[in-house]
Amino acid sequence: MTRRGWGWPVVTAVLVVALILPLYWAVLSSLTPESRLFAAPSLVPRALVLTHYRALFEEHDFWVPIVNSLVVAGVTTVVSVVLGALCAYAAARLRFRGKAPLLAFVLAVSMFPQIAIVSPLYVVLRAAGLLNSYPGLALPYLSFAMPLTIWLLVGYFRQLPSDLEEAALVDGAGRLQAFREILLPLAWPGLATTAILTFLYSWNEFLFALSFTLGPERYTVPVAIALFRGQYQVPWGQILAGAIVATVPVAAVVVVAQRRIVAGLASGAVKG
Amino acid sequence: MSAIALRGVSKAFPGGLAVRDVSIEIADGELLVVLGPSGSGKSTLLRLIAGLDEPTAGRIHIGGRDVTSDPPQARDLAMVFQNYALYPHKTVRDNLAFGLRMRRVDAAEVAARVDNAARLLGIDALLERKPAQLSGGQRQRVALGRALVRQPRAFLLDEPLSNLDPVLRASTRAELALLHRRLGTTMVYVTHDQEEAMTLGTRIAVMRDGRLEQLDTPLEVFRRPANVFVARFVGSPAMNVWRSDGRDLGIRPHDVEVMPPGAGDVDGQVEVVERLGTATLVHVRADRPDSELVRVVVAADRAIAVQERVGLRLRPDRLHYFDERTGERISVEADL
Repeated sequence: MTRRGWGWPVVTAVLVVALILPLYWAVLSSLTPESRLFAAPSLVPRALVLTHYRALFEEHDFWVPIVNSLVVAGVTTVVSVVLGALCAYAAARLRFRGKAPLLAFVLAVSMFPQIAIVSPLYVVLRAAGLLNSYPGLALPYLSFAMPLTIWLLVGYFRQLPSDLEEAALVDGAGRLQAFREILLPLAWPGLATTAILTFLYSWNEFLFALSFTLGPERYTVPVAIALFRGQYQVPWGQILAGAIVATVPVAAVVVVAQRRIVAGLASGAVKG
Repeated sequence: MSAIALRGVSKAFPGGLAVRDVSIEIADGELLVVLGPSGSGKSTLLRLIAGLDEPTAGRIHIGGRDVTSDPPQARDLAMVFQNYALYPHKTVRDNLAFGLRMRRVDAAEVAARVDNAARLLGIDALLERKPAQLSGGQRQRVALGRALVRQPRAFLLDEPLSNLDPVLRASTRAELALLHRRLGTTMVYVTHDQEEAMTLGTRIAVMRDGRLEQLDTPLEVFRRPANVFVARFVGSPAMNVWRSDGRDLGIRPHDVEVMPPGAGDVDGQVEVVERLGTATLVHVRADRPDSELVRVVVAADRAIAVQERVGLRLRPDRLHYFDERTGERISVEADL
């Protein structure tokens, strides 16, 4: 950036502070003893303790919601990316009747407000005996994750040169072989991005998780944290500790996958 | 029996007809050059043969079998793409081996054939590299190699030399001719470069607007162009064509002689002199109302200057006559 002056640095600084401050505040508070939480607020930590974290795992057995969330979000992500990639490939490369309406329909599915379909889904899941189960959460998540996946990947596949697959077809590969051997390896960055977004969505989802789980043994992280509040008091320290714990896997996923996303694998495919 | 036969093939796209009723029989071992300007449908024709597009009408036969609705992988052809289309995530070795692997050739045989093709093309030192680490010329060789190892029924080449610099293009052109002679495999070669067409082809198919304008040996296309379009498109420098007495007359720059003023069929003034080294190209403005510049090729050592007055003699046996309205060749007078 060659633009001079102090305008941009100031705007950037304000944005960074606005984004970082709440996170910092949460980390700080989760390490502050309960007794000091409501003392005069300070940005500089004075006494740091791990009591909230200890309480989180000892009193509340926070491992259970973490495992639940990992299972549900992981299954949703894997299924949605695998199926979504196949659908997106067909939509991006094959010619068939009614493709445009089909894609529009897929998009329309994701446009229903969540709250509008909670009750019907509840009835369906109860009839299927899937309430309070992993599939009972992963399936509704898929209904939202798949359209997102398909649309992201269709866009991504379309921008990859089709010459490469055509070369593979002439070379004797079938459609699926060309997809697996040529397109998938080149589409890694797109797949990683899509997987991260899907994972984030499923990890953070609250409404379905609250509605379709019945007891602590199936609570996901957001539900567990929300239900910490007792009848007479709100354990802010533990809630914040839980929030920090919930952020860690997400941050880890982004940091690990970032490299993949940035690496432009498609360079050198064609001339230039 | 012909290696590849197109019978009344047409291809319609939403924008219009890309190929119109083309019929060609390509003999076994032939190197057919499909020549035409951009948008003439020549690349579409190649894609139809490869099976990457399906014709709207007509049939395509390969080796006597109707393959019109067969997918590309069932046709046993190899194609070299204009931009090479190398698999960027695979090494050169894996690029070459891919087609064989897909056809379940056993590993030892694959290795032998890859090494063989790499040696033939002088790329054996590059086998472990990725395409991004290669120069343009090297990529082009890998693309050729990928076609070679397959030992396919026929090669399809889509402007394979157009991305190379002129020096490399000339040497690769000669190598391709050598390769074709050595392998004896049928080739269909698409280009917009009439020089490539003339030097490489056993026959040339000239295309315009999706139509086959002429199909003949290079010399025949050069000597007896079927219409004004072919006459102007094939041959360098381009043929002079002008209108006279209700028909179009054409003569190649080599068939015009420069004489002293008054000694030829028409006088004129030299406007431009282009010294090419091997010959000199002279543009002469004839003394006629609204005359275009006439291109004349003279010997390189001939002294000739801009503004000079000259006479032009047209060799009468080399004149081409075309119908003014249709542009088709009129054969009566000149073709004896």
